[in-house]
Amino acid sequence: MEALKVGTPAREFELNATPDQRVRLSDFRGQRVILAFYPADWSPVCGDQLALYNELRDEFAKHKAICIGISVDGAWCHAAFREQRGYKLALLSDFEPKGAVARDYNVYRAKEGVSERALFVIDEEGVVRWTYVSPIGINPGADGILNALEQMHGRTS
Amino acid sequence: MSLAKPVDQTDHVLGPEDAPVTLVEYGDFECPHCRAAHFYLKNVLATMGDDMRFAFRHMPLAQVHPMAQPAAEAAEAAGAQGQFWPMHDLIYENQDRLSPALLTRLGQRLGLDMQRFTDDMNSHRFLSKVKEDFMSAVRSGAAGTPSFFINGEPYEGSYDDEALIEALRFAAQARAAHAPKGHHAQRPRAH
Repeated sequence: MEALKVGTPAREFELNATPDQRVRLSDFRGQRVILAFYPADWSPVCGDQLALYNELRDEFAKHKAICIGISVDGAWCHAAFREQRGYKLALLSDFEPKGAVARDYNVYRAKEGVSERALFVIDEEGVVRWTYVSPIGINPGADGILNALEQMHGRTS
Repeated sequence: MSLAKPVDQTDHVLGPEDAPVTLVEYGDFECPHCRAAHFYLKNVLATMGDDMRFAFRHMPLAQVHPMAQPAAEAAEAAGAQGQFWPMHDLIYENQDRLSPALLTRLGQRLGLDMQRFTDDMNSHRFLSKVKEDFMSAVRSGAAGTPSFFINGEPYEGSYDDEALIEALRFAAQARAAHAPKGHHAQRPRAH
């Protein structure tokens, strides 16, 4: 199984960002989107990874990019997680049908019932420009994302 | 991904410049793992002596650790008065009660020029240095704290003293094995 390929349109989705707010990928058209699939709220590695992306929001914004986390956790779980950790990143719930978006992006681990730790950089037109699937226990950091964003400069806009 | 920025004169360094092995830590003053690593590192430094060089760089996850950035700035402000390492140690030793007032008290305890310290804190004189360290961490592939690099390569092992000492000794030996043994021409030296 290979993650959604570079150069293909990112699949549209509509998911809960909070218990009463739904978000579509196409809402972000005109901006770059970093989709960060991660296995679960509360596990220590994810926490670190999201803390780092949360910290880099301004840096991503310099590249006209917004980072969004996605896991199969429910919207109330995300809400508690964001509040406890002080995250400002949006976290989407790929909860019902479970993992449907992760499956669409070919990053679902059916056996464990969670997504891979996978990154997608999507351009202003909604095309996948960079992907990375990390070993599930390893925090992939952000250098790959920043390099991808920099390489996109000049190509578009 | 290896260390994006070599250790240079802008770094806070312990140990001799020509030590066979250099350990770089990216740390956050409010991170409990970094605090644990700090106490292990005391033992590592004492055991390795002049056989290692240690540099500490800032990687404050400021959004989740609100005191991490002020603490990093305070360490730099103390550093400007020649007291980086004492402040670094005091902050980790008092991590559980970090506050702006505590940073001031620690500065007083170190006998700093408090007018200057307060001015540097209020003007965020060292914020750009802290942020530069942070971005060099990200560029080096560091994903959280503490992140360690041994002779420029990421160290993924445990940060307890035994594991670190073993890794450092191994790296020092690896470097010694690569040193010229007579069948290589000596590199010309710059004067």
